[in-house]
Amino acid sequence: MLEIRDLSAGVDGKEILKGLNLSVQAGEVHAIMGPNGSGKSTLAQVLAGRGEYAVTSGTVTFNGVSLLELKPEERARAGIFLAFQYPVEIPGVNSTVFLKAAFNECRKARGETELDAVEFLALVKKKTNLLELDPALLSRAVNEGFSGGEKKRNEIFQMAVLEPKLAILDETDSGLDIDALKIVSRGVNKLRRPDNATLVITHYQRLLNYIVPDHVHVLVHGRIVKSGGKELALELEQRGYDWILEGAAANGKP
Amino acid sequence: MMDTLTQTDREPATAPFLAGELGPGPAWLQSLREQARTRLGEIGFPTTEQEEWRFTNMAPLRQWPLHAAEAGARQVGPADIEPFRLAGNGYCLVFVDGRFRPELSTLPGPGAALRAGNLRAQWDGDGRELQPHLARYADEKANFFTALNTASFEDGAFVSVPAKAVVEQPVQLLYLAASERPGAAVHARNLIVAHQGSSVKIIETYASLTSAPHLTNAVTELALGLEARVEHCKLQNENERAFHIAAVQAAQSRNSHWLSHSIATGARLARNQIQTWLVEEGAEAILNGLYLARGEQLIDHHTVVDHAQPRCESHEFYYGIMAGRSHGVFNGKIFVRQDAQKTNAKQTNRNLVLSEQALINTKPQLEIFADDVKCTHGATVGQLNDEALFYLRSRGIGAGLARRMLIRAFANDAVERITLAPVRAQLEQLLTEWFESLDTSLSSHDR
Repeated sequence: MLEIRDLSAGVDGKEILKGLNLSVQAGEVHAIMGPNGSGKSTLAQVLAGRGEYAVTSGTVTFNGVSLLELKPEERARAGIFLAFQYPVEIPGVNSTVFLKAAFNECRKARGETELDAVEFLALVKKKTNLLELDPALLSRAVNEGFSGGEKKRNEIFQMAVLEPKLAILDETDSGLDIDALKIVSRGVNKLRRPDNATLVITHYQRLLNYIVPDHVHVLVHGRIVKSGGKELALELEQRGYDWILEGAAANGKP
Repeated sequence: MMDTLTQTDREPATAPFLAGELGPGPAWLQSLREQARTRLGEIGFPTTEQEEWRFTNMAPLRQWPLHAAEAGARQVGPADIEPFRLAGNGYCLVFVDGRFRPELSTLPGPGAALRAGNLRAQWDGDGRELQPHLARYADEKANFFTALNTASFEDGAFVSVPAKAVVEQPVQLLYLAASERPGAAVHARNLIVAHQGSSVKIIETYASLTSAPHLTNAVTELALGLEARVEHCKLQNENERAFHIAAVQAAQSRNSHWLSHSIATGARLARNQIQTWLVEEGAEAILNGLYLARGEQLIDHHTVVDHAQPRCESHEFYYGIMAGRSHGVFNGKIFVRQDAQKTNAKQTNRNLVLSEQALINTKPQLEIFADDVKCTHGATVGQLNDEALFYLRSRGIGAGLARRMLIRAFANDAVERITLAPVRAQLEQLLTEWFESLDTSLSSHDR
């Protein structure tokens, strides 16, 4: 589904990703772990198409399409979804109006008919139940005045509505208490299907107790230095990142 | 209010706007007109050397061969008016090229809670209701165009709301420019008197049925009696070759409440003076504004809130969106006079600049002579938020629509402050059309 080959990218002339390789198949959950500043969020932003990040080399293929040539909205319509680490507050833009526009733009791109207001609200109701999200939030402006937990839940709620093929969860666990974490994880798990995939980006292993990954990758200094099964996350939890950093340094890769 | 006027570079002030003739009316009105004409000479045609006109160059207006708009220059029927009329059961006073058109208007009947008609009918009668108010509030000592209006106006609207009358139906004053002959000038004059404890909603609409350049020079005076409540909405969407100059002056008695909106999207050059004078204790004014400029437009708002007495409140919110090579001007003046203790005055001006060539000059001006007051002001100038734009696009919303959503969101507060649903509906449509016209110019920097 997703093939990243030798990807290098940076911002403001500073290279952050340095030849990253990753392959994700449909039906899989991959976790990307790594210390602060290793490039985890950069990877998420580059995949979503954030213009501030410049790709200097490499390719990203998504279901046979060259992803890097697409605009952010085209990537979303192709099935990429980024759950933001810091969801943006957008005063004056109503949550429901926003999501209906996004939903219908994606439907249109797939050649499907748009839903009218009544049909869309029925869908929304179903999905808010899944995330135990207060429907009142949806009558407010996008993320405006939401608590940290509400913002994160709202991200997964949007994901539930848009039903992406590849969901990228960027530090979705940060700022969540344990109850919210369970709700969000349950939501993500319910959305798993054989034909979609999830990329979970996290600093801590905690989230992976609830969203169990098939593969765990450790990102250090802009490249993946170690990959393994879910047990790798537990090892990182116990031993920290130092032993991997030392290993990476020993290999002459800063 | 402004006593120091440039003495230099004065030219014969009347020509070419007045053919030397004063507008019609009985002796008491003629004497007001004479005074105004004298003032015209004293003030002189505005130049950018005057602080009040620093950013707004009126010189192009002088180059025009202006003439008083002729009656019946074009046939105008109900179908022409329909697009501008507010939906619903409100009253509507229609003026075409400055002429009152009762047959196109919807007027209150004899049993109605208010009276609304044209000024001329009043001064052709005994004029008793006009005399205490007409030309008593508008600031013609300093403003050339206000003085010009007083000297010249031929007609306009008169709305009088008796004490305690609460009028639910809005009253629309619809001014349409129709003449195809370039340079038609209309000096429109309106007087709204809301007596003690009354409540009324007035909408002034200015639009063009013609694409020819024309001049509108409008003055509206509003007298609010004790505890009166008036919502006043001025919608200006004249053609892109028009000059639109307007002064709205309210005078507020004790505990009265004025909610003012100025929505300006039209004209090549638009200058709005929106002013209120808080004459007695406990009066409250809310000044809400939205200006949208594109192309080569210049839209200028000068507001004045004059706190003369204690315990009055004013809240001012003006929002501007500038695209293309347009130019916005906002100047917000707040006076707090010596007696006006416990004043609470707040002013906000926010501007969204959508292109590198667009320009905004914004200036708050606070003159405070009392010591126990609360006054705040703030002005911002910014562009669309890139992070918000990316967020919307990352959900599948195209760049053009995402931008429109954010621009619309910027204008949202100004729209929401309007309580009249038909006005909001009209405004929504106008905004939609405006945004669509921007699309081509914005799409160039999509990534």
